[in-house]
Amino acid sequence: MTVTHCPYEAEILERREESVSIVTLTVRLTDAAAAGRFRFTPGQFNMLYLPEVGEIPVSITSDAETPDILSHAIRDVGRVSHGLARLEAGDRIGLRGPFGRGWPLLAARGHNVIVITGGLGCAPVVPVIDHIHRRRDDYGQLAILHGVKHCSDLIWGDCYQEWALHPDTQVLLAADVCDTRWSGTIGPVTHLFDQLTLDRNDAFAMLCGPEPMLRACAEQLLADGMAAERIWLSLERNMQCALGQCGHCQLGDRFVCKDGPVFHYGEVRHLLDKPDL
Amino acid sequence: MASPASTTAYLARTDLDALLAQLRSAGYRCIGPRLRDGAIVYDEVASMADFPAGVQVSQAPGRYRTEQTASPRLFAWSNGPQALKPFLFQPRETLWHVEHGADGALHFQPTPAAAVPTAVIGVRSCDLAALDLQDRHFIHGDWSDPYYQARRSALLLIAVNCTHPADTCFCASTGDGPVAHAGFDLVLDELDEGFLVRAGSPAGEQLLAGLPVTAASAAQRDSAARAGAAAAAGQTRRLPPGNLYPSLLERHAHAHWQDVAERCLSCGNCTSVCPTCFCYRERDEAPFGAPQSDHVREWDSCFSAGHSYIHNRTIHADTRLRYRQWLLHKLGSWHAQYGRSGCVGCGRCIAWCPTGIDLTAEIAAVLEGTPR
Repeated sequence: MTVTHCPYEAEILERREESVSIVTLTVRLTDAAAAGRFRFTPGQFNMLYLPEVGEIPVSITSDAETPDILSHAIRDVGRVSHGLARLEAGDRIGLRGPFGRGWPLLAARGHNVIVITGGLGCAPVVPVIDHIHRRRDDYGQLAILHGVKHCSDLIWGDCYQEWALHPDTQVLLAADVCDTRWSGTIGPVTHLFDQLTLDRNDAFAMLCGPEPMLRACAEQLLADGMAAERIWLSLERNMQCALGQCGHCQLGDRFVCKDGPVFHYGEVRHLLDKPDL
Repeated sequence: MASPASTTAYLARTDLDALLAQLRSAGYRCIGPRLRDGAIVYDEVASMADFPAGVQVSQAPGRYRTEQTASPRLFAWSNGPQALKPFLFQPRETLWHVEHGADGALHFQPTPAAAVPTAVIGVRSCDLAALDLQDRHFIHGDWSDPYYQARRSALLLIAVNCTHPADTCFCASTGDGPVAHAGFDLVLDELDEGFLVRAGSPAGEQLLAGLPVTAASAAQRDSAARAGAAAAAGQTRRLPPGNLYPSLLERHAHAHWQDVAERCLSCGNCTSVCPTCFCYRERDEAPFGAPQSDHVREWDSCFSAGHSYIHNRTIHADTRLRYRQWLLHKLGSWHAQYGRSGCVGCGRCIAWCPTGIDLTAEIAAVLEGTPR
């Protein structure tokens, strides 16, 4: 059941600083019945409300198996996110959700999965990685590819190290600019594709990051023979209602908030190739 | 359904007050056209005397003028800047109120969805078509908007077929007018001597049964039919038929978008007067020093910079991209989203544009020749 129009109160259980500008807020709805009813699929998002300031969409990064506890990685970039990032455990916010279409985890069962992220865009796919690791036998090989502009931009470095230890999991990192301590690849994230050990013909790709990076990766995967319906990406647009009604999130005929935010490339390729649509 | 001939009645003009009295006794607030500040507006009407008798309107790109004539007709004008939209999709409303308790707890109070039964007299066919589109958006999508729905359910519609379209009107080309075929409770045809009346719903049948009507003559019915045909035939502007989405998408980089941008002020008048534009923004209004806030929504426009803003990027950064977004959506992607174009041919965006931009001319220029 989705909380649609008026938020529920949520209490911050934990605030964790991931980097100078990123904070993870873990919250729980204070209405126990509503918390018990709450279900989400990885890739969906909530509208988080900072009292007296406003609401923003934030994807859920915690495990969908424990939907009464909800984590959100918040990047301090605007009026609302700046206020949210300064809250502490015990503080209260509002929450509506979950909204949107998540990742195709059911369709991907029995297949290999390539997770490709760029910049700070890793957050919406963290629950995908958790989901696959928890059901390791349900999926084939897992590859986690991540690219950053500068090696010092890498956050969740510990996570990548830990994920690399999981069975049948390959982790590859790339940085456009790096210093002598960088052990990953130098260049864009697409330069990692040659190092993939899994069979791409039997894979689903799940992409998240800046649009130019998404397009470059998706085009490369297409050129390498993957079907557009197997290449999924998470998009961002201005969202105020999350119900497909306020009109801000439109991309061509799509409402990103309800038709997405996760799309397969065949659905949006003809829209993303037109600048500033 | 009975044939129009058997159910069309005649109501003397002076008996319009009987209709108003009946509506009021049935508990309806009565809204009708009035002349205010040099324009036809929809507001509460107490009696026939409030209606704009003899008022005619001339419209052209960037121009709207009313003129008083000696005609006894009450509906001899083309539409003003607004009609039904503000009554259903309100320009501004509070969605919830929140209070911050001393213990830090938040108390959310959603605004209850409620509506006063409202009868609107004098609705044009184009606005009925626009209402149907707003219904598709606000009621028949994945989520239904409770505020819109409450007001929609409390609405009674008395249409008046349009006999005086403006030069800016092109409803005949979009198939939305000037004669109303559906979506009303009662429909009137205005003649020199009075009205032909026909019901379009059970509520309308009930109203009609209580009115001091007589049988309409064949000559009166002919006169009304001729007026409708003439109102359609007199329109000179038009939109191309069919789904323009593929053609417009193909022409996303057409040089004409920049040509329009050089004349467009990006003011948003067009989206404000458009009866189908549905965008709204949400924001909080918090009084200084008090731990509480109202979360409100208000009409927004794709011509504003904030409309497409996401952290550190405005996707529609200039007027070219905003005008393109408006028409690519209105005339294009509406087909995919709602099964038809988002334009009903009312021509308001042409008349109320301060620089007189005419979407029918702009779209013709974009569609002309090769995609680029």
